[in-house]
Amino acid sequence: MSGPPEFWTVADTAQRIASGEITAGRLVDTMLSRIANVDRELGAYLATDGDGARRDATEIDRRRKDNVALGPLAGVPIVLKDNLVTKGLATTAGSKILQGWIPPYDATVVEKLRAAGALILGKANLDEFGMGSSTERSAYKKTRNPWDTSRVPGGSSGGSAAAVAAGLAAASLGTDTGGSIRQPAAFCGVVGLKPTYGRVSRWGVIAFASSLDQVGPLTRTVKDAALVLQVIAGHDPRDSTSLDAPVPSFAAAATGDVKGMKIGLPKEYFEGSIDADVRAALDRTIKALQDKGATTVEVSLPHTKLALPAYYVVAPAEASSNLARYDGIRFGKRADATDLIDVYRKSRGAGFGPEVKRRIMLGTHALRSGYYDAYYKKAQQIRALIKRDFDEAFTKVDVMLTPTTPTAAFRFNAKATPYDMYLGDIFTLACNLAGLPGMSVPCGLTADGLPIGAQLLGRPLDEVSLIRAGSAIEAAVGLGDRRPAGIGGI
Amino acid sequence: MLTRKEVEEIALLARLYLDEDELGTMQGELGAIIEHFDVMASVETTDVPPMTHPLPLELPLRLDVVLPSLTADEALRGVPKRDGDLIVVPAIIPGSES
Amino acid sequence: MTELAQLLDDWEPVIGLEIHVQLATATKIFSASATTFGAPPNSLTDPLVMGMPGTLPVFNRAVLELALRLGVATGSQIRAKSRFARKHYFYPDLPKGYQISQFDEPLCENGHLDLILGGTVKRVKLQRIHLEEDAGKNTHVGAVSHVDLNRAGVPLVEVVTAPELTSSEEAAEFMRSLHRLVRWIDVSEADMEKGQLRCDANVSVRLRGEDRLGTRTELKNINSFKFVQNAIDHEIARQLLLIDGGGRVERETRLWDATLGSSAPMRSKEEINDYRYFPDPDLPPLVVDGPTMANVLRSLPELPAARFERYQRLQKLTADDARTMVGDRALADYFDAASKAHPGESGRTIANWILTELLGALNAEGKHISQSTMPPQRLAALVVLVESGVISGKIGKEVFEESYRSGEEPISIVERRGVQQISDETLLTAIVEGVVSRNAKQAAEYQSGKDGLFGFFVGQVMKETQGRANPVMATEILKKRLGR
Repeated sequence: MSGPPEFWTVADTAQRIASGEITAGRLVDTMLSRIANVDRELGAYLATDGDGARRDATEIDRRRKDNVALGPLAGVPIVLKDNLVTKGLATTAGSKILQGWIPPYDATVVEKLRAAGALILGKANLDEFGMGSSTERSAYKKTRNPWDTSRVPGGSSGGSAAAVAAGLAAASLGTDTGGSIRQPAAFCGVVGLKPTYGRVSRWGVIAFASSLDQVGPLTRTVKDAALVLQVIAGHDPRDSTSLDAPVPSFAAAATGDVKGMKIGLPKEYFEGSIDADVRAALDRTIKALQDKGATTVEVSLPHTKLALPAYYVVAPAEASSNLARYDGIRFGKRADATDLIDVYRKSRGAGFGPEVKRRIMLGTHALRSGYYDAYYKKAQQIRALIKRDFDEAFTKVDVMLTPTTPTAAFRFNAKATPYDMYLGDIFTLACNLAGLPGMSVPCGLTADGLPIGAQLLGRPLDEVSLIRAGSAIEAAVGLGDRRPAGIGGI
Repeated sequence: MLTRKEVEEIALLARLYLDEDELGTMQGELGAIIEHFDVMASVETTDVPPMTHPLPLELPLRLDVVLPSLTADEALRGVPKRDGDLIVVPAIIPGSES
Repeated sequence: MTELAQLLDDWEPVIGLEIHVQLATATKIFSASATTFGAPPNSLTDPLVMGMPGTLPVFNRAVLELALRLGVATGSQIRAKSRFARKHYFYPDLPKGYQISQFDEPLCENGHLDLILGGTVKRVKLQRIHLEEDAGKNTHVGAVSHVDLNRAGVPLVEVVTAPELTSSEEAAEFMRSLHRLVRWIDVSEADMEKGQLRCDANVSVRLRGEDRLGTRTELKNINSFKFVQNAIDHEIARQLLLIDGGGRVERETRLWDATLGSSAPMRSKEEINDYRYFPDPDLPPLVVDGPTMANVLRSLPELPAARFERYQRLQKLTADDARTMVGDRALADYFDAASKAHPGESGRTIANWILTELLGALNAEGKHISQSTMPPQRLAALVVLVESGVISGKIGKEVFEESYRSGEEPISIVERRGVQQISDETLLTAIVEGVVSRNAKQAAEYQSGKDGLFGFFVGQVMKETQGRANPVMATEILKKRLGR
């Protein structure tokens, strides 16, 4: 419960603001000052909104003084991945094609955070349109891993993970389409939670792959993730894929009590080339859970190897469709051309980066007549098989445990080909294809001092079990008070 | 393996301008990625319905009531080329649409 | 015989129509902006209509209700679970770069529309009726084009016929029938000038007796019933003359130019448009359940074809009159209401009065039946007065005109003006006697063979009685008195 305000948990911050121990105004100043000092090197923020944050902080301080009820996240400083639409605040999706776009509306999750009293400090860096696993694909800047600045923070929510790890926000909202919350969380030593598909509204979430995208929290503790999820979850009539399901108390689940819990270990996730330090950390995690009274069961998810090709058909196909609207006609940057077709081709050619172009090409190809059946339709059928694997396995276990990634954070420019980059996602993809909730929890460090993440996968709508198991892992093998040494030590 | 012509077709369908170098690079990269898709063909999926949504959902219905939204000005604020409240684009010659 | 007429001996035209109908909802299909026609440019938009990042579609239930009404009225099979699909192409009036439509699993299939052609009824099969959103509007202005997105997102149904129409007349009749039907069941205003009903025609020719279809061209930009006929006739002639001259019909899209009276191929920068349809991941399947269907069935009025048959069978209208009466639902409803207020079974008299007197008066004022200030019950009352002999038919027309203008009840006009018909035989005999004796010369001439003078005597009797003499009775008495 001690430590500098920059590293307070969400829970602590909310409590101290509510009690008057610190004013929101003072906290905002502290955070903005840290960002100014640290972020030049870290590169987590694309933009800060000092004016907005201060204005909201003043309002919170006024309410506290007047004894008006405060929301559950009142005064908590949060940074939003820049693919979440914010009214009046530039939103770029990490792309040049949206340079200068000021949205006229807020995403639902943003409205909910504001209503809960959270202070939005700014927008976090990301791989362009969420397409990437290292944040190297941002059109604007590089984000560094605060644990080792020669390494990537992961992606696509790299800015979010780095900011939270380096004390530049108490929490962040990221998005996860194939692992984009969980993988950077693992690389940066923070908690990252991807809820069940449909649990959180996608209204105002700049779409990458509509049937895979979900918004989720990145935080320094499991309980914090639960607190943030509590605020953003729930049915939204503005999103036709939003689930009309009751929202349980997530925070109450962060007990660390896993007695009697059956934890599945899918054998396909422990095969292949996994870093030795990662294996060791997972082994320690498994042992710790067993010591706490959980039983582990080996299960099999036979179609696991097909998740990668299936994902890299479905996601680019949906992306090629979702990105058709970026043409420079109604917003964003328009290239100079006198021929209409050239306006399209040149605006998009100049505005999109190479990875985005690659995926649009892939996706367009997969939907072409003559290829649709063999690619898109086939991939959707394989998806159904992958889901069946999970359904079958979940009759035997309550949650599953896997490594989040095969390695810890890699260096910049480490991946020689696009496909090499895609290979790093093999453990996180299936979760999105099946629409299941998934969480990455820090479970150790490599010999080089790089964070390692353990991934928990759950039944649909069973975030509660993930939070329970995640808090157990956190208590037993988490990073405790350890902080990144790479940047801005406090 | 994609032919150069196919890559050009796809780029036109997707309205992406790629110069000579980019076309060549793209041809190689896409080809390499697509090779990995072949493994899907060996999976038996005859009676498997394609999964469009992870959980069974029905389309929710909205009431037919007008809700105020954007003024023309708010809607057009980001438009790169404007004439009053109209969006301006290079001429579309009737018959030349594609 | 002209060259063309000769060709048509051997060749038959095959026509299929794709018609887009704007549904009469208050808001757009996937967002809550208004659908008002003629609003200031880009004033009916919201972030979704603008295709802004992060927006999602939410389906308007009124669209389903209206589409189902049309599906049921055309006897279509309704899919319990239909899907939306994205249709991709790039155009400035299509903000998302794709149109949300239906592809593999449309809402309605295998319906029909019955055309009343002369004396026969032709049943035209409808392959499908599906839901989709409209695009915005481009206007060509010199070197640039202007884009107005007010219309983007307005709900449409697309009605696709089987290629079963064999002439431009049939095509035009189909358009008229569909136009009438959608207005009849309050699904659309279908005003072609407002672009609420738009037609594309697929036209091909084949040798008579041949099963296979010839290469077809698609005709676009046909926006009136008249243009439908002209454009299709022109295209049939073009194809036949082309083939006859040794050429081949190309599979192409042609734009009709009404001022030139001809069509020209649309120049495309790519040869094929691959729409890359796939199910829209933002929209789960559209489910139609029992209660919804029951509601639709309950809400449907008696349809034109059914009324056409009933008016002939039960109310004894001629086929011609029946067809006119079902040309407009307001007219048919008026007839039904007037018939209900009128005792007796035959609707012929009522129909006559409506089609001649009432429509005549309305047309003279440029009014539509729905604007009639003469309620059906009042017209029925007038008809009863004439049929029961209280007033003559001729007087009846005068009373009608006055009642139409002033709104006064017919019986009140008759009593006030004292124009009751004189059907008293004794009185009429006396009057006839007076007329004949005062006109002895004409009587003699008539009796010696001048038939035309009979009219003179009838006229005199009418004059004597201010037109009130019962004409049938007066005629009989005159005949008896004059001897022939």
